Amino acid sequence: MTLPVFMFYLISATILLFSVMTIASRKMLRSAIYLLFVLIATSGFYFLLNYQFLAGVQLTLYAGGIVVLIIFSILLTSHISHKFKRPSTWKLWMGLTVLVIGSATALWVILLQPFSKDPALKTVPVTMHLIGNQLLGLGKNGYVLPFELISILLIAAMIAAIVVAKKESN
Amino acid sequence: MIQGLSIYHFLVVSTLMFFIGITGFIIRQNLITILLSVELILNSVVINFLVFNRFLYPDQLQGHFFSLFIIGIAAAEASVAVALIINIYRRIRNINADNVNEMKF
Amino acid sequence: MTDYSYTLLIPFIPFVVFLITGLFGNRWKPIVSGLMGTVGLAISFLLSLIVAYQYFFASAVDSYQALIPFNWLWLSLTDTLQMQMGVLLDPISVMMLVVVTTISFMVHIYSLGYMKGERGFERFYAFLSLFTFSMLGLVMSTNIFEMFVFYELVGACSYLLIGFYYEKPSAIAAMKKAFIVTRFADLGFLIGILILSFYTNTFDFEKLTQPGSDIYRNLAGLSFMGISALSWAMGLVFMGAAGKSAMFPFHIWLPDAMEGPTPVSALIHAATMVVAGVFTVARMFPVYYFHTPDVLIFIGYVGGFTSLFAAIIAITQNDIKRILAYSTLSQIGYMMVGLGISGYGGEAGLGYMAAMFHLFTHAMFKALLFLTAGAIIHAVHSNFMQDMGGLRKYLPVTHLTYLAAALAISGIPPFAGFFSKDEILAAAYHSNKLLFYTEYITAGITSFYIFRLYFGVFWGKNTQYKHKPHEAPLSMTIPLIFLALASTFVGFIPFHNLISPDMKPFTTEPEPMLITASVLIGLLGIAGAWVLYKKENDIPDRLSRWFGGLYTITYHKFYIDEIYLFITKNILFNMVARPVAWFDRHIVDGTMMGIGSVTVAISKKIKRFQSGELQQYAFVYVAGVILFVLTFLYYLG
Repeated sequence: MTLPVFMFYLISATILLFSVMTIASRKMLRSAIYLLFVLIATSGFYFLLNYQFLAGVQLTLYAGGIVVLIIFSILLTSHISHKFKRPSTWKLWMGLTVLVIGSATALWVILLQPFSKDPALKTVPVTMHLIGNQLLGLGKNGYVLPFELISILLIAAMIAAIVVAKKESN
Repeated sequence: MIQGLSIYHFLVVSTLMFFIGITGFIIRQNLITILLSVELILNSVVINFLVFNRFLYPDQLQGHFFSLFIIGIAAAEASVAVALIINIYRRIRNINADNVNEMKF
Repeated sequence: MTDYSYTLLIPFIPFVVFLITGLFGNRWKPIVSGLMGTVGLAISFLLSLIVAYQYFFASAVDSYQALIPFNWLWLSLTDTLQMQMGVLLDPISVMMLVVVTTISFMVHIYSLGYMKGERGFERFYAFLSLFTFSMLGLVMSTNIFEMFVFYELVGACSYLLIGFYYEKPSAIAAMKKAFIVTRFADLGFLIGILILSFYTNTFDFEKLTQPGSDIYRNLAGLSFMGISALSWAMGLVFMGAAGKSAMFPFHIWLPDAMEGPTPVSALIHAATMVVAGVFTVARMFPVYYFHTPDVLIFIGYVGGFTSLFAAIIAITQNDIKRILAYSTLSQIGYMMVGLGISGYGGEAGLGYMAAMFHLFTHAMFKALLFLTAGAIIHAVHSNFMQDMGGLRKYLPVTHLTYLAAALAISGIPPFAGFFSKDEILAAAYHSNKLLFYTEYITAGITSFYIFRLYFGVFWGKNTQYKHKPHEAPLSMTIPLIFLALASTFVGFIPFHNLISPDMKPFTTEPEPMLITASVLIGLLGIAGAWVLYKKENDIPDRLSRWFGGLYTITYHKFYIDEIYLFITKNILFNMVARPVAWFDRHIVDGTMMGIGSVTVAISKKIKRFQSGELQQYAFVYVAGVILFVLTFLYYLG
């Protein structure tokens, strides 16, 4: 077994284990930390796939931004040491049914699908130069329009967050 | 390409993570933990896009950029969600999903 | 062929007067409505006299034809079974035209004085005109269904007029009783009409009563519970007639109907509406005689029983209007007897002719009796004989006209009642001895109670009156005088030339034996009343004590009303109406409410889909997607 294969199995075990623990943990802060681990392991996946830039983005934005935001909200809204009750039985049954049947269906479809790659396609090395050119490029593979759109979305999200969360002035 | 690993390996992992996230969404009681499950779902989708890009279309970067945008959107959505949660907390002093069921019959 | 199209005016003038006075009567002074009604009736009266003259005397034929100047198709049930509205002129209908318009005209004039100052004066005249229209339509009907329509109309008018003083609870009870009893009897009438018309396929009188017609062949073999279907039909038709004419056991409404104003009693419950039943039997007489003679003799027996029964009750009553009401019942019984025993063709039709003749004369003298009673009540302000006495000094005109009517009803020659009553007795003597003796005894009782009334009111004790009773005004005395002259002289009209079952004139020989016998019993009754009531004495009290229980039963009208009340309250209400009401409330209503509540319960279950629960929504969403995918896979794979 080569190193990449071994790393793959290690990382996927980590992901699956910690995601189950995220949803099953009864303390909120622990769920958030397990999520953090999942996200870090996912960025390991990206390194394995040779997308270094995206792995960095994942670590910065997801792990570093979103999880911190969530931890802030946890601190603002509840007791940190609050221990949850077990979920009610019928919710548990609903969730587990969906899990089993849904994943069975999806896996069955995926594993039977013959994914074939056109052998004539050559792998392009993903460099920062290429990413930057394409992100702001106007040509055939240019993504400047989605780039601008997402910047508008981010402004909208910022304003929304401020407006929704501000205190009502009495 | 990586020796010994096919596309199926990655897809199984991302599928399982996706459904674990859905289960968490349905099971969990607290709004913030529901948000965590949503992040899991989004994360699995990102993995999917990248895997398709790497294994099926290695000469283009569409999946790569799409993943970038998904991550950005996830961040925006998480911030708005947190703002909403804080607002709800200010109104009813707790954030159980059972207590925000006023839009009903 | 003379043109009889003006006969349509006879009923329509009162109808138009009804519309005008009914809709606009409260806009002008009451007397205007009264005068309008009276003038309208005067025109109808003159026109009916002209028709009678033209029909009977001016057309020289040896037998009278049934003429139909108008007949409009109203409703066509099949090709042959059609309901029409039309005018039929034949001997009895022309005679009835004269009767109805004369009495109605007299009552209109009388009411100008009697109802003066009453609240609802214009309403009274509107109803009187409506009633006259309905009665005229009834007698001129060409087919049995049209007659049924007018039956209901006269019933409704009677209801409205009996309850004219609608603020009195007793008047309300009486109006309901009259309407319900006659309506119930009309149910029988309707069923009879339906059976008859279904099998004979026609409503027309002409076709139904033609002797020797074959339309009854469909009914030939049918029978139900041992009685032939045609007998059932004609018997049910008689049930309607019995209700309208107040034959036993439907007689209960007529005494109570005296709650209405006296002119109403005179018009409706003495002279016109109550003879509608007699008229129906006379109209259908050929059918009764040729096809169901058993029903015909049954009619005779019912009439005979009612006349004796009512006469006995009349002896003991104290309210003068009630006495006259029972007298009406008794006299209508006479008419039914006359029809019941009658034959057909030639002298055998004497009973039929006598019944119609008695109808005519009875209308005159009974209306007169009621109108004089009204004058007495108007003078004394009380209905009861105990409050009256010695009134001959104060009310001379009323006194003399009453005497004329009393002599007429007792059958004393030369007054009108003698001729008609004697002919009924003669016809009965030759056909059915039992009925003859019944009617003979009733004649004696009749003169007894009428003269009991006469002596009790005008002679008898010298009552001291608080206000001196004054004679009625001219508007009331003129009709009295007119009717008194009629009661005296109409007996001389040669009815046997005009009315007979087969519409051909005939002759009869008078029998001196019977004549003396009937006059004798009349005089006997008068003598009895003279002895008991002319001077104040205690013989009546001793007699009533001697009769004891029998007197009490008779005074309470044989408790028939109490029996009816018992039947309706205990049997009909408890055993029939209560279970039906329970069924309606719990089962019919319950089903509807059940459907409603089931719907509500289902909707309560369904609305839980929209619970507002976030995670339930997510679950449903994901489960739906998975289901879709599985369905796709199943169908594509």
